[in-house]
Amino acid sequence: MQRDKAALEYAGQTQLARAVALLEPLVARTFVSVRADQLADPQRARYERIADALPDLGPIGGIHAALHAHPRSAWLVLACDLPFLDAATLQQLIAGRDPRRVASAFRSSHDGKPEPLCAIYEPESLAQIDARIAAGKLCPRDFLASADAALLTLRNPRALDNINTGEEYRDAQARLGGAQQGAALGGGTAGPAVRPAALTLQIQYFALLREQAGRSTETVSSQARDARELYRELRARHGLLLEPEQLRVAVNEEFADWSQPLRDGDNVVFLPPVAGG
Amino acid sequence: MSAFRLSAGPFDTAALRAALANPGSGGFASFEGWVRDHNEGQRVTRLEYEAFAPLALREGERIIAEARERFGLSGALCVHRIGALELGEIAVWVGAAAAHRDEAFRGCRYIIDEVKHRLPIWKKEHYENGHSGWVNCERCATAPAHAGHDHAVASKA
Repeated sequence: MQRDKAALEYAGQTQLARAVALLEPLVARTFVSVRADQLADPQRARYERIADALPDLGPIGGIHAALHAHPRSAWLVLACDLPFLDAATLQQLIAGRDPRRVASAFRSSHDGKPEPLCAIYEPESLAQIDARIAAGKLCPRDFLASADAALLTLRNPRALDNINTGEEYRDAQARLGGAQQGAALGGGTAGPAVRPAALTLQIQYFALLREQAGRSTETVSSQARDARELYRELRARHGLLLEPEQLRVAVNEEFADWSQPLRDGDNVVFLPPVAGG
Repeated sequence: MSAFRLSAGPFDTAALRAALANPGSGGFASFEGWVRDHNEGQRVTRLEYEAFAPLALREGERIIAEARERFGLSGALCVHRIGALELGEIAVWVGAAAAHRDEAFRGCRYIIDEVKHRLPIWKKEHYENGHSGWVNCERCATAPAHAGHDHAVASKA
């Protein structure tokens, strides 16, 4: 089982459990948005789930599936990676909701743009979201910015800060009197029946991953057969927060496939989203 | 002389242009990317570029070879800065020479567009408010099948 943001713990509670606990007193029913392959995940299976109808769309796919599942309900949509979110902020959102608009959301206290993952989506947003998905426009923030959404100013300006680096995570744990344990679901993979010989691999980290890992290079001994398994290991070890889908892989200074078998002595680099020019 | 280079400091654009001069070329187009004082509504005070150099150099050469082949360029060069940059500095320079202007313009455009998307180079912006961020690494700029939504809780209000 790989570590994910939903499983990060603060004060001994996973973010998912925390989010559900905040929501339940305020809404009629609570669901967890999942990819189809996460339906059986035990952490999520404790709750009612709604699986994406359309795969690989990111957050907007979850919102789309919820609106289609109950098209006459308004939906309060909440990300699980908001450790500073408090009940007062959710109450402010509900009190400030304008049901005549397609959505109600907070303005980011950092850049003034709408925060799409702590927002209420009215039934009328369904047709617009369908149209945007059809046009390949998948950014829910852009949707709220272009839609007729009601925008509220956060009374607690840090309530929606999220966690992008390992350092921020440790910081947040400290502020919230957090658990010693990094993640509820760390490690835990069962080994293959015949374990291959361990490989010695050189890893280099760049940019955001370098900051999250807290180092530029390291030599690791790993049982990983390919880059996908290696990233899973390193992610658990260093609390890396980028999803593999956001990364590319380079082996021995050349772009490589995630499933390319690794050899002893390989140099492996996971490349975060690039931004040259 | 390699056609794609990384530079840790300012470089001489006149020398780059002169290196592309060629009696068979009737057109030359260049592009300079400058460090701008704002991005996405935030005031930017300075930038840092970080590169995985061996792969960036290799991929940069491939991009220029593609442009020469595709647009029949007589020559093309590109230099990308790494390290700390101040406002107004040249972050990237592209020059393309060809027999006619259309090929030169299109070749130059191809190179800068591919450089932005393919090279393992990362840009960190420092903002006036003291924050900083890696460009394209925020939630919305990520690849489709990813973070955020699969962990989101949706609930009827």
